[in-house]
Amino acid sequence: MKNPPIQYGSGFPTLLRKEVKRFYKVGFQTVAAPVLTAVLYLMIFGHVLEGREMYGRFTYTAFLIPGLVMMSLLQNAFANTSSSLIQSKVTGNLVFVLLAPLSHFEFYAAYILAAVFRGVVVGLGVFLITAWISPPALEYPLWILTFAFLGAAILGSLGLIAGIWADKYDQLAAFQNFIIMPATMLSGVFYSIHSLPPAWQVVSHFNPFFYMIDGFRYGFFGVSDISPWNSLAIVLCFFVAVSVVALRMLQTGYKLRY
Amino acid sequence: MVFQNCWVLHSMSAAISIKQISKNYGALQALDAVSLEIQPGEFFGLLGPNGAGKTTLISILAGLVTADKGHASIMGADVQSHFRDARRSLGVVPQELVFDPFFTVRETLQFQSGYFGIQNNDAWIDEIMANLDLTSKADSNMRSLSGGMKRRVLVAQALVHRPPVIILDEPTAGVDVELRQSLWQFISRLNQDGHTIVLTTHYLEEAEALCQRIAMLKQGKIVALDTTANLLSRYGSVKKDGEGKTDLEDVFVNIMSGNAL
Repeated sequence: MKNPPIQYGSGFPTLLRKEVKRFYKVGFQTVAAPVLTAVLYLMIFGHVLEGREMYGRFTYTAFLIPGLVMMSLLQNAFANTSSSLIQSKVTGNLVFVLLAPLSHFEFYAAYILAAVFRGVVVGLGVFLITAWISPPALEYPLWILTFAFLGAAILGSLGLIAGIWADKYDQLAAFQNFIIMPATMLSGVFYSIHSLPPAWQVVSHFNPFFYMIDGFRYGFFGVSDISPWNSLAIVLCFFVAVSVVALRMLQTGYKLRY
Repeated sequence: MVFQNCWVLHSMSAAISIKQISKNYGALQALDAVSLEIQPGEFFGLLGPNGAGKTTLISILAGLVTADKGHASIMGADVQSHFRDARRSLGVVPQELVFDPFFTVRETLQFQSGYFGIQNNDAWIDEIMANLDLTSKADSNMRSLSGGMKRRVLVAQALVHRPPVIILDEPTAGVDVELRQSLWQFISRLNQDGHTIVLTTHYLEEAEALCQRIAMLKQGKIVALDTTANLLSRYGSVKKDGEGKTDLEDVFVNIMSGNAL
């Protein structure tokens, strides 16, 4: 057989497609289930706290929707990279990616963009269903998109770091349950930090997740606990920091190449 | 099946060049200043007992492990500084029977092709599957395949980017006789077409029948390196079958026990 010359391109698009297809194939688990969970949160908390006003003019249900959308988006972005990497490491099939001529930038970009895609798909699903229950305001869509992208990219990067670092599923579960989950739940998804005692307000300002959710919520209501520009600056710094760590791990082959 | 692309560009280089490679895992010295050259078109055997350093050496060539000292190159491309060219020239069949349970055989091969930046490779993928009797399983999920079929897919994955150098790390471990024979026929055909083949195996009769040249590793060092014929004549002893014949197993035992050195 006579072969035409091989045209080599980048492996990045295929790795991205594979990572997207991986969660798409189990869409009930990776998309439908988190959407249902978020809707249950909204129905229960919305019912219990019915009649309470937030920022002086919004119902509690309306206030809760952006927080739930962002929480679902963040948690699923984290889950996408972390579960893919730990599964590939434990089963050994990560070797097929490691044998390929992919740079650490291509590897990083493919995993993070797939995480952003899953996060946005889940977030959009939560938004569409909860918006049907209580139509929210959409004051500044560009802020919504900016914080959605950055939040998902940060959590995708943290998932990549955790997935590479963890040798066993329970190490990954510890990272998720003792770091990601508390940081998300205590970031103002369910409340405005102005309703907290002063000491806890100060503590909340050390939680980078707070800025993601507060900035995201600003895009819906045009009102937030702190300026969205400040939130953007802090979220950008956090994104750069986690990206540098993740890229460095990939470049040095930490726990991947020995 | 001829992959006639990148190796033509590097036809002046050794297919594999290993210079003074050392690797330690903590206190364990896996490789100790190993040097080796394998020429294009060779069928080369890398033999040694478990823990001798064969898989570490292969992993260094594949970029899965970084050497502490020394250099290695594939078709003239350094495995670290020119990793893209080196990996494009190399196909590796891993020892472990690993697979991605999310995908079918065809998807697995399409993804592997894409990782190497080769799109629209379906005609080649179909040809590889036909040669490895995988066509009927093309749309089966990897989970549903038998061990032998999974092993064939591993071989197909190593060939999907048409590498001039192919390394098989114990490809017939736990494989039935029929598949072993068909696999060796296929690999021999690739070698006749000009591909460099490096094989590790514990089935020494396979190595004796297939390999033109053999290196034996022991505790991270090369203790023998020669043509198969020379190894048999130099290190073989008069044999148990009573006909005065020797075989590679005999040579291997003599070398590893130190009797021949």
